[in-house]
Amino acid sequence: MPSYQLNINGQIKSVNADADTPILWVLRDELNLVGTKYGCGIAQCGTCTIHLDGNAIRSCSLPISSVESGQKIVTIEGLSENASHPLQEAWVEHDVPQCGYCQSGQIMSAAALLKENKRPSDEDIDEAMHGNICRCGTYLRIKKAIKTAAKNM
Amino acid sequence: MANLKQTNRRNFIKGSAIAGGGLIIGFNWIGCKGDSNVPLKVMKAIPKEWIDFNSFLKIGETGLVTIMSPNPEIGQNIKTSMPMIVAEELDVDWFDVVVEQAGLNTEWYTRQVAGGSQSIRQGWESLRKAGATAKHMLVEAAAKRWGITPEECKTADGIITNPSGETLSYGELAKEASELEVPESPKLKDPKDFKIIGHSKRNVDLKKIISGQPLFGLDTKKEGMVYANVLRPPAFGSTLKDYNDENAKSINGVIDVIRFGDKIGVLAQNTWAAMKGKAALVAQWNEGDKPEDTEYHNDLLSSHIEKKAEKPRREDGDIDKAFKDSDEVFERSYSAPFLPHNCMEPMNCYADVTSDKAYILGPIQTPEWQLSNLSAQLGMDKENINIELTRMGGGFGRRLYGDYVAEAAELSKLSQKPVQLVFTREDDMLAGTYRPASQYKFKAGIKDGKVIGYHLVEACFNGEMFGQMPSNFPCGAIENYRVDCHKLQTNITTGAWRAPYANFLAYAEQAFFDELASHLKIDPVEFRIKLLERAKNDPTGEDLSYDPERLIGVIKLAAEKANWGQNEENNFKGFCAYYSHNTYVAEVGHVSIKNDSPVIEKITCAVDCGIVINPIAALNQIEGGIIDGIGHAMYSDFKFENGASTSNNFHQYRMIKMVEAPQVDVHFVESTIDPTGLGEPTLPPAGGAVANAFAAATGNRIYSQPFVKHFEILG
Ligand code: FES
Ligand code: FES
Repeated sequence: MPSYQLNINGQIKSVNADADTPILWVLRDELNLVGTKYGCGIAQCGTCTIHLDGNAIRSCSLPISSVESGQKIVTIEGLSENASHPLQEAWVEHDVPQCGYCQSGQIMSAAALLKENKRPSDEDIDEAMHGNICRCGTYLRIKKAIKTAAKNM
Repeated sequence: MANLKQTNRRNFIKGSAIAGGGLIIGFNWIGCKGDSNVPLKVMKAIPKEWIDFNSFLKIGETGLVTIMSPNPEIGQNIKTSMPMIVAEELDVDWFDVVVEQAGLNTEWYTRQVAGGSQSIRQGWESLRKAGATAKHMLVEAAAKRWGITPEECKTADGIITNPSGETLSYGELAKEASELEVPESPKLKDPKDFKIIGHSKRNVDLKKIISGQPLFGLDTKKEGMVYANVLRPPAFGSTLKDYNDENAKSINGVIDVIRFGDKIGVLAQNTWAAMKGKAALVAQWNEGDKPEDTEYHNDLLSSHIEKKAEKPRREDGDIDKAFKDSDEVFERSYSAPFLPHNCMEPMNCYADVTSDKAYILGPIQTPEWQLSNLSAQLGMDKENINIELTRMGGGFGRRLYGDYVAEAAELSKLSQKPVQLVFTREDDMLAGTYRPASQYKFKAGIKDGKVIGYHLVEACFNGEMFGQMPSNFPCGAIENYRVDCHKLQTNITTGAWRAPYANFLAYAEQAFFDELASHLKIDPVEFRIKLLERAKNDPTGEDLSYDPERLIGVIKLAAEKANWGQNEENNFKGFCAYYSHNTYVAEVGHVSIKNDSPVIEKITCAVDCGIVINPIAALNQIEGGIIDGIGHAMYSDFKFENGASTSNNFHQYRMIKMVEAPQVDVHFVESTIDPTGLGEPTLPPAGGAVANAFAAATGNRIYSQPFVKHFEILG
């Protein structure tokens, strides 16, 4: 099995995995970072969203072999110290989650948006969040929390 | 470790006192960070000893309180709301409360089920009593110390005060209080004195959720565990003929391939290898006798709604005579497809089965039922099976059924290994227990502009919908009333789906009433209120399952808040009201026309669920129910060809997205009536409110779900 060096949440990790293994399963099964969730495996639901060099990426569809050395991966666990990212604080203020399963993916998509766009309009938010499904229907609170976070950033 | 108290318990069987260091979650953090106006407080120290009062609560010597949440958490927020009720009667500061998920314990708790929006309604009394009992004992202990009567003591925030202003904390008193007699019927608070109930408290798992900590079944990691993925028959009715696992076994990380019944399990060192191993299996299947498809289902349903059943589910008056006497009979029919649940967390379960015991950990809505199933399946006494619950990434009815629990247990037993069974999304959509397809035909006999007869015929697969609640509205409101149900057979597995019975029916019925009102040239709100007044003052028949007065209450409130009856520019309104799962809901859909297409802008919603326990969470459930209801009514379609579904993942099954979610404006009926649940009741009326608003906006009516199929006619 080939071996890979990955930069995850600021730490270099070495992992043995088949070349086609999606980063999602490397994170969850090999590195014990289970905050990144599995929902569909085909880049259609957003629960597995992580940042690759700051961009929101569906980790279920990103084979380990396609990550170049030097590229930085950030997961929900590494988004902030003690859940202190303005989005996480806004998520608390609005008590966003219901079941909670989709929420780390939602937060990661929103964090990538706010990095690029400090004052997103409703349309910008709808567009950036279009790849994230929430079966519980927490969309209204997610949107409110993104706006609150943008204000506080 | 603390001692186990051996005290007399009449009302409650006591739990073991345990040291709880590892169980303390950052609950206080929520209070500090979330509310900027809440002063920063320091959490009470973790006690060395927990004194347990009953199966719901224990108090540490530092005053920290642990409250157990017995019911499974599927996102309905029960893990926060139920402990709030205990804390209220105990009279502690919510800040000093730690919540723990209880495992299955049939001796300590009744009804450890998440389903039917019943947890709060059915838990209300025992939860209040659990808190009040402990408070009573604590007060008695304080009174004894001071040599005064309990009536002279006052409690607040975990502190007892005597008339001269001296204080004792619950923590100081816990030990001696726990040794006192358990009162038979402790005094409960007057709802007007509630300090926690009715005040928003944030989700107790919030910090873990937003920082990606392990919480869900799929996050389970245990020593020696292997991952399993299962190949199941590709179509309903088909069976396994033969298979070749050579390629599967050659995949890196695959440990074993095990056939059980018509299924094949692939065990591997990680999830990816298990999935790849399954994909590499080569299997031959025997086709079932009569593979079903959607056309067959629809034909069967539509032929049945044209006729009466052998016996009605309810009959008041004489419907045949009424229709004969009528000037005209107005009739419409409605149809809905099967639907998968699509919880965001696919089915999964951890099982460690050895020759003499079994340990199960997973997202299970019905642990007690699964205990019986497992006991029979494994031939093992119930005492030797331990079931623990994880937080669930949605349930919506799917996790009421134990197929995935049974599979995990079987694979663990056969492989003699601890197994974490994982469904792929494709497994989840293809091996579902679907909301059954169904159709309705409604007929109203009209004489002199009045409805004198009402006949509903239902056809549904594997079960009944309105047949389960034939005394619901409009029962009682119409002189001659009859309900017939045809329960048809299919080999497709079906089951409860969020707001079972009502999820499709509410739209069908309320769309019919809307069209009927317009046909009679009566305002649809006035029409409903008139019928309900009749059901209230002079009901036909007996034993109505709803309270017409409360239904009128939500209808009036929603109408008022939505400015019903006022023409507003590009704001077309549709009305819908429905009583289900013990809660009364009315919704007004607001639709605009943009670029020649109807757009759902807003839902105005009025709810009567009695006392509102936790407003911030209640609103979340209400909004979610409405958005979920609109999403499924608008977009969800699910078809079968040759016994197999034609959609297997989200690229073929449309779910509502943020951009399609309308604003939701919620109003509660103020009430001191005992509370009822909110996980389901706002979903059923959503489809009706939207369909009726579409009709107002475009003049066109919709008769089947998903609505999106009809958009050409609407534009
Ligand atoms: S699991 Fe990656 S997008 Fe669904
Ligand atoms: S909170 Fe349950 S899926 Fe989003």
